[in-house]
Amino acid sequence: METLERILGQHPFFKDLGPEYLQLVTGCASNVRFEQDNLIFREGEEANQFYLIREGRVALQVFSPERGHITVETLGEGDILGWSWLIPPYNWHFDAKAVDLTRAIALDGKCLRRKCEEDHNLGYEILKRFAHIIEQRLESTRLQLLDLYGVRS
Amino acid sequence: MVPRPFVIKRFRKETDDTFTLELEPNEGRSRFAFSPGQFNMVYVYGVGEVPISISGSPSTHGLIHTTRAVGTVTKAMAKLKKGDVVGIRGPFGTTWPVKEARSHDVVVVAGGIGLPPLRGAIYEILANRKDYGKVVLLYGVRTPADILFKDELEQWRARFDMEAFITVDRAVADWRGNVGVVTTLISKAGFDPQNTIAMVVGPEVMMRFTALEFIKRGVKADSIYLSMERNMKCGIGLCGHCQFGPLFVCKDGPVFRYTQIKDLLVKWEI
Repeated sequence: METLERILGQHPFFKDLGPEYLQLVTGCASNVRFEQDNLIFREGEEANQFYLIREGRVALQVFSPERGHITVETLGEGDILGWSWLIPPYNWHFDAKAVDLTRAIALDGKCLRRKCEEDHNLGYEILKRFAHIIEQRLESTRLQLLDLYGVRS
Repeated sequence: MVPRPFVIKRFRKETDDTFTLELEPNEGRSRFAFSPGQFNMVYVYGVGEVPISISGSPSTHGLIHTTRAVGTVTKAMAKLKKGDVVGIRGPFGTTWPVKEARSHDVVVVAGGIGLPPLRGAIYEILANRKDYGKVVLLYGVRTPADILFKDELEQWRARFDMEAFITVDRAVADWRGNVGVVTTLISKAGFDPQNTIAMVVGPEVMMRFTALEFIKRGVKADSIYLSMERNMKCGIGLCGHCQFGPLFVCKDGPVFRYTQIKDLLVKWEI
């Protein structure tokens, strides 16, 4: 049977993380499952986790009274969901909903924050990895904003 | 080169602003030979001539053009109907590396109206499916209403020997598919980067970022092919309208290796 530590160690997000740190991170991890259309988190709620999606698809949404739930991005297998656990005031800025049955590993943000505070080397490793994710998402969002496929006026 | 008359055998509206013309020679009925990736100059009599890529496959279809009604000529073209006649000069330009891609994984990336120029290559690859490794189509559009060739996409998605992913930049309430730019799909494609040929068509910015994403994932820069669009007029490299640095898109392209043009893509002055 695959252990959480092994699964985390094979995920690109934790690639080359030292075994002692991987063990610390695994102490904050658990398997979770969301049925289709289940809400994973909601804008404004306290952000205490992030997720490594193993299977399925998650829609990041924002609610508009005029247009309802607008999906701004979808994430799938291999993607990381959520970084608000890392940045004060630790509240979600979007809603996240499982589009399909979704299996993920949840990492307890409070637990991880505490370990990162105790060991700044671990904190730096985690922050570097999130900086990479944030950079990728920012680049994608910028391209999305360009409305590249629209008719040139 | 004088335009040859072709009759519209079928006119099909694809989306609000895109349409497909299926054409056959008005006289002689001789076969129109071309290769995937090439384009024709299509002449609407009395209006003007525009370059349009061929969206059919030489072995599966006849001559097909799919385009968007966006300028004077294509807006006039959108009003044509079955039985009307257009002039055709061509085929012009370079082709997709369909033969060179044999024994490789093939990742085809289309953005917006970029799917028609790739459609012929997809059909050619599928016609000789066993000669290729993994075959993946990544297709990004603005909204779900802009998706072209919906029936074919369903057929391709249903195949066991091909993967097709679609993503939209702007979702609507009932859309349950992917949302995000097409580059985000590259990580889902699961190809062997060392043995992959990538064929990319879309707006230039999208193609640049797509090429960079492939390289980031280990695909060799000279295994990435892009199809460029410029103001083609003569089609044979004489008039200079489509000059792109030292190259002419009509003659040296439209299909280029990324390594041929990567420096030109980021040059503002050309």
